[in-house]
Amino acid sequence: MIRFEPRENVSSARRVGAPVAAALVALLLASLPIAAAGAPVLEAYLLMARGAFGSVFAFSELLARATPLILTGLAAAVAFRARLWNIGGEGQLYAGALAAVAVGTGAISAPPALLIPLVVLAGAFAGGMMMLLPTLLKVRLGADEVVTTLLLNFVVILAVQMMLEGPMKDPMGMGWPQSEPMLDEAMLPKLLERMRVHSGLILALVMAVAVHVFLKRTVWGFEIRAVGENPEAARHAGIPVTATFVRVGLLSGALAGLAGVSEVAGLKGYLTADLSPGFGYTGIVVAMLAGLSPLGVVFAALFIAGIFVGADSMSRAIGVSNYLADLVVATSLICVLVSGLFVRFRIRLVTPKARKADA
Amino acid sequence: MTSGPGEQPVVLALSGITKRFGALLANEAVDLELRRGQIVALLGENGAGKTTLMNILFGHYVADEGTVSVAGADGRLEPMEPGSPGAALRSGIGMVHQHFTLAENLTAFENIVLGTVPLIRPGLAGRNARARLAELMRRSGLEVDLDVRVSRLSVGEQQRVEILKALYRDARVLVLDEPTAVLTPQESDTLFATLKSLAAQGIAIVFISHKLAEVLAASDRVAVLRLGRKVADLPTAECDRQKLAELMVGHAVTPSRREPKAPGAALLTLDGVSAGEGRDSIRDVGFTLHEGEILGIAGVSGNGQSTLARLLSGLLPAERGSLFLRDKPVHAHDAGDMIRSGIARIPEDRHRDGVVGAMTVAENLVIEEIRGRRYQRFGFLDFSAIAARAREAIAAYDIRCPGGGAVARLLSGGNIQKIVLARTLDAEPVVVLAAQPSRGLDIGATGDVHRRLLEARARGAGVILISEDLDELFALSDRIAVIHRGHLSTPHPSEELDRASVGLMMAGHHTESEAA
Repeated sequence: MIRFEPRENVSSARRVGAPVAAALVALLLASLPIAAAGAPVLEAYLLMARGAFGSVFAFSELLARATPLILTGLAAAVAFRARLWNIGGEGQLYAGALAAVAVGTGAISAPPALLIPLVVLAGAFAGGMMMLLPTLLKVRLGADEVVTTLLLNFVVILAVQMMLEGPMKDPMGMGWPQSEPMLDEAMLPKLLERMRVHSGLILALVMAVAVHVFLKRTVWGFEIRAVGENPEAARHAGIPVTATFVRVGLLSGALAGLAGVSEVAGLKGYLTADLSPGFGYTGIVVAMLAGLSPLGVVFAALFIAGIFVGADSMSRAIGVSNYLADLVVATSLICVLVSGLFVRFRIRLVTPKARKADA
Repeated sequence: MTSGPGEQPVVLALSGITKRFGALLANEAVDLELRRGQIVALLGENGAGKTTLMNILFGHYVADEGTVSVAGADGRLEPMEPGSPGAALRSGIGMVHQHFTLAENLTAFENIVLGTVPLIRPGLAGRNARARLAELMRRSGLEVDLDVRVSRLSVGEQQRVEILKALYRDARVLVLDEPTAVLTPQESDTLFATLKSLAAQGIAIVFISHKLAEVLAASDRVAVLRLGRKVADLPTAECDRQKLAELMVGHAVTPSRREPKAPGAALLTLDGVSAGEGRDSIRDVGFTLHEGEILGIAGVSGNGQSTLARLLSGLLPAERGSLFLRDKPVHAHDAGDMIRSGIARIPEDRHRDGVVGAMTVAENLVIEEIRGRRYQRFGFLDFSAIAARAREAIAAYDIRCPGGGAVARLLSGGNIQKIVLARTLDAEPVVVLAAQPSRGLDIGATGDVHRRLLEARARGAGVILISEDLDELFALSDRIAVIHRGHLSTPHPSEELDRASVGLMMAGHHTESEAA
């Protein structure tokens, strides 16, 4: 018989150690399909590590990949803290990217010092607005935000496709469904010569620290934590629960919108309907792996980005499909959910014999 | 142990029972003996280990040390297989839990015979069962309509079904866990009369309680548990209230008493207020609360108290009627507005509504005022002010915790209630709503709550005390009103009322003054 005994006090070592262990277990479990594919397991992992950290170029790729994941991870983390289950990061990302393109492809001409902030704000605003309706439906009518935010993803992506096939289609795009290119003045500056890592990373890191400070040290952050942990008590204590949910929703959507800005204005330079390989969804894994801690999100995003970048490079070298990366990411989510059980409970195996001896 | 001359034989013996939960010692070397036809009260504060001990007896838990022995058919004590409710049932032990274990959508009859009727030829067995039950009901005086679904029975009737269920399984030892917690005073009296008649027929009875009055009235012997250890085991005839209270708490207890005081001006007026829906709604409720007055609201739980409390807490709008605070109408159903107009609310469910368990003691102490100027600058929290407030409140209210940074969830119920008291009463409110403020608290913590409420009254605040505990209501209230099925009776000075008349009104009988 297995007995679960709740732990009274969860040590911080255990809190931090659990997701790290979960990530390692996920890597270990992923070695089974690598072996099944007939590839040398150790070499595969070495290649992955080299692909992610082996050179300046590799590391730059890792950072470029981590940038949107930090932002979508923050979006999920801050919403989940208030138990607002925003699964719509993907749609908010596209909304942000669409707004960035609308502002940054020539509608306004201004020097970079003005245009870049405008593009960033437009993207954040658009992402935030995507959360307004689901949040209001939740607090007013009790509509489940998991459903509404998830379904909005498809609505937004179809809307983006419509725009790219219609009004926003690049006349010079040889018929491809893509937007006009961003003005140079609207692009986020590169951080390194000839590398893809861009100043969206700085934006993401600043947001991580800002969200951390916001949750820990401000009245609004206090109210978000209270509403998330115990909405009944928060309401009883006079905290405006509805306003708090709306605030969290807007912030979460805005952060995901920034991820779209960062991809369009930092990396691609124009918008296509395949801008994101599911950054919005992967952000949820990042947030869970980070234990919903804004600073932890940075490390979780680096880990996940490393898996993706490393797996790409490994699959080129030894021919194991890079779907392995998705497998590792999915497994690490499962592992971190399971690890939560070990953090909160002490698990003891009780054999019938031991029970008799007890008595 | 053999029975002495003139004494009934021992039917059940617990010896040296020790049970640990992690670091917590729930029971330590507890001995308890039960004789045929005897009623033993197991008295102790919350967390003293009463329920744990009974759960070991019934096989829900396995003791770390010690044995449970039961008299067999020949009267000899034999050790019982530990950890097996089935073995306990076979040995003739029946348990009536605090929360009943009945299937709500089956009839009383089906509940009683459940698990005893063979699958083959249930009809015949059913007829036999009915005959046996009729005989049992006649002998025990436990009358229940057997063919009514349990969900339609009153709480008192459900309890009777539970007892019948135990008797039907030939229980010779009956264990009742806090049997009066859900009953009106009259129902409690009926229950104890039944228990006495069962004892006279040779059944041994243990009931768990922390209410001194019923222990003194109904038991032959009292065993007192404190912090998991048995500190006394003596005939009830040799006890009085004061002695039992001291044994239970471990030190002298001074009961709370209010000083007589003339009430001041009208403070809070409800006029024809209706709110909520379903069983717990309130209909056409009106009263006036004065300065320096404690208005007690008595009633069996589920008669509208929660709705009244939620209304006054700003969590629920009034559908009809009006509220006035010092002649100014109160419209908003907004908890924040209530706090700012000086209404302090002590919620009924302090774990759910009172504190955010995952946040710290300090954060919970300031949560109602977090937007005020005292704890923030430009939206940023002032941690030193919050920590200072926590230190002050922890000292003033004797909140037992490792410090302001401790997580509130880990505190005991009494200490969580002290957080709520410190937070609400230090804001010097004009009205205090105290909903079941001492429910589940031990004598020490209850005394603290009463003292704080009396202090608020002395300061001139008006206090609305919603409670199911008549002792508490009579000790504290200047006036008492009774709520039944959502209707509130006219408040009367508590000196003009007695327990019996309030009890009758709780059960829905109108007193003469009401009818007039």
